[in-house]
Amino acid sequence: MDKLKLITKREFLAKVKNKSFIVMTILSPLLMVGLILLIIFLNEKNSEEVKTIAYVDESNLVSSVFTDTNSTKYVNLTDLGIEEAKNKTKEFYYGLVYIPKNDSLQNLSKGISFYSTDAPSLGVIESIENKLENKIRNLKIEQLHFDIEKIKAADTDVEIIAENFLGEKSSKIGSILRMMAGAGFGYLIFMFIIIYGTSVMRSVIEEKTSRIIEVIVSSVKPFQLMLGKIFGNALAGILQFVIWMVTAGLLLFLITYVLGIEAASSSSGIAQMNSEMVQQVQQTSSTDLQIALGEIKNLPILTIFFSFIFYFLGGYLIYSSIYAAIGAAVDSETDTQQFMMPVLAPLMIAIYVGFSIIENPHGPIALGFSLFPLTSPIVMLMRIPFGVPWWQIAISMLLLILTFIGIVWFAAKIYRVGILMYGKKPSYKELYKWLKY
Amino acid sequence: MDNILTIENVSKTYGNFTALNNVSINVPKGSVFGLLGPNGAGKTSLIRIINQITLPDSGSVYLDGEILQPHHIQYIGYLPEERGLYKSMKVGDQAMYLAQLKGMSKTDAKKKLQYWFEKFEITDWWNKKIQELSKGMAQKVQFIVTVLHNPKLLIFDEPFSGFDPINANLIKDEILQLRDDGASIIFSTHRMESVEELCDYIALINKSNKILDGKLVDIKQAFKTNQFEVGLLCNNKKELFNEIKSNYFVETSESISFNTDLKLVISLKNGETSTDLIKFLNNKAQINHFNEIIPSANDIFLKAVANNG
Repeated sequence: MDKLKLITKREFLAKVKNKSFIVMTILSPLLMVGLILLIIFLNEKNSEEVKTIAYVDESNLVSSVFTDTNSTKYVNLTDLGIEEAKNKTKEFYYGLVYIPKNDSLQNLSKGISFYSTDAPSLGVIESIENKLENKIRNLKIEQLHFDIEKIKAADTDVEIIAENFLGEKSSKIGSILRMMAGAGFGYLIFMFIIIYGTSVMRSVIEEKTSRIIEVIVSSVKPFQLMLGKIFGNALAGILQFVIWMVTAGLLLFLITYVLGIEAASSSSGIAQMNSEMVQQVQQTSSTDLQIALGEIKNLPILTIFFSFIFYFLGGYLIYSSIYAAIGAAVDSETDTQQFMMPVLAPLMIAIYVGFSIIENPHGPIALGFSLFPLTSPIVMLMRIPFGVPWWQIAISMLLLILTFIGIVWFAAKIYRVGILMYGKKPSYKELYKWLKY
Repeated sequence: MDNILTIENVSKTYGNFTALNNVSINVPKGSVFGLLGPNGAGKTSLIRIINQITLPDSGSVYLDGEILQPHHIQYIGYLPEERGLYKSMKVGDQAMYLAQLKGMSKTDAKKKLQYWFEKFEITDWWNKKIQELSKGMAQKVQFIVTVLHNPKLLIFDEPFSGFDPINANLIKDEILQLRDDGASIIFSTHRMESVEELCDYIALINKSNKILDGKLVDIKQAFKTNQFEVGLLCNNKKELFNEIKSNYFVETSESISFNTDLKLVISLKNGETSTDLIKFLNNKAQINHFNEIIPSANDIFLKAVANNG
């Protein structure tokens, strides 16, 4: 036991003291935050850009829909005629909407065109289409002598409030949040298993190529060495996860704190100008925020946290023992290719299945893959934010533990023989023979 | 209990390959024991069994009279043929780690390491990484961690490969010192001439079988050929050569001498002693050179293999 502790400690320190670990731990959250900020920034930049769109309305019926907004300005070129207008648009404007002369309202909707140098964005076309559809619809209603006000009064907006039998409300924001949390944590486990599994493999190969392995196994059992290696790397992984979670928590706290102050100060400034409007704005924005925050609180955060740790450990232990066996079987990292595919395949399947089951988190596919131990760490974690019956979690955990014991036994046999074998790349047949040594 | 290590009828197979076939060996306490044989004979397999890296299929191993148990590893120091250290770990940390794996306490390990580092004048290496050291320097560190825990039994597999002659001598002296301090030592090598002079006992292993073992002097005695190398000073070499040839079995010799002697290897006749030969030669010429040919371990090995085959 003492020796296992010694080995675990050395492996942990070797991993944590490594420059790449430190860089990864500090840099990747910064990188994530930076990327998100960049996307937000670019988005805003994009929407800040004001487009000027010209129009030629020969029907003279719909010009009133072309009113300027924050992001789009309209120029009436009807007087120039279509050919002239096209030339002018080519030089100065984003695009040209052409509504040809038409006698009947019925045919007005047909033959409307949009000219532009570059292919127009879908959003622009859609918004113009919407405007025209509304206008033409209103015109038709008028023509039929219906009362627009009455029809408007008949319009209804239905919003379904989804609620489970415990009285917890769920909203669209909630579903999206759950999807994001599930996908995020599932993907994180996937990454951790691969990163730390490979790291175990590298460390085994390093001991083989540096030829220290025989010195060490003359002091400890190969099984102890393998376990110590796996545990040491697992601890490093958990440390990294905790650091990231704490950083994320602090960042979230900071952001809400800063945003909170901003909202308060700006609202007091505007309050004097138009208290009624501000109140309204405050109300809508705060309800949105409140829902989102409430949904975050509603997420089974503790369950997610602890199941992340459990499934990370379970999945990692299974895969890293396979990785250790692979490392022991080969002489250098370039020889690992033929053994890597079968290991990566279930992980990839888990990710694909995981992303697709987010649509239906309680279906048979979701259930099956979240019980199957080679995929359960990823798939179950993706399901957990949606609420999973405890017995399913229990079965999947049990299967995971049993598989771990089986795989470690099998990996240890290959490891024990492989670490002292040099010179040739073994085939699967030889690996099978090693099991019987 | 005169033997530090007793190996009884040990066999080991890997799949269809027999690495060791019913091998028995005794290593007396306080001796230097040579485990000799060509590459692939089974030496390393046997050593790995002694170090409990692998288990024998049958047979038993006793260390100091006790059947081999896991805790015995702290009494054994092993320098494998395939040896190395963690490249990016500091020398001191590494030595401390390996010492603790052998069961030493932290303070004890530190104290002993300081002693050895001072002895080899390498104290300033403590905070260096192995990759900053030359191969010879790394071998010194490797030697220290092998002997640090004062093992009763030291096993060196091809010990002098990788050392330059100066360091090889230094290590050789240290090993003999350790033996004088009470440790028993096993040398394993296929380059038999390299350790022959150091060994008190040897065992020859060929194709997974032990073909010979015992005290080196006794073995040499048993394999002596009763041949003598002589250098004779005379006027007519040809005449003398023919005269000796009519009495003894004679071969020419390439021994080195100051004079243009007649150099011969002469085999004794049955029942004759060296005195008889000297008397015979003394009457014919001036004897400049006379010594018995002692078979080398290599000669003995070749003969033993031929006898066994």
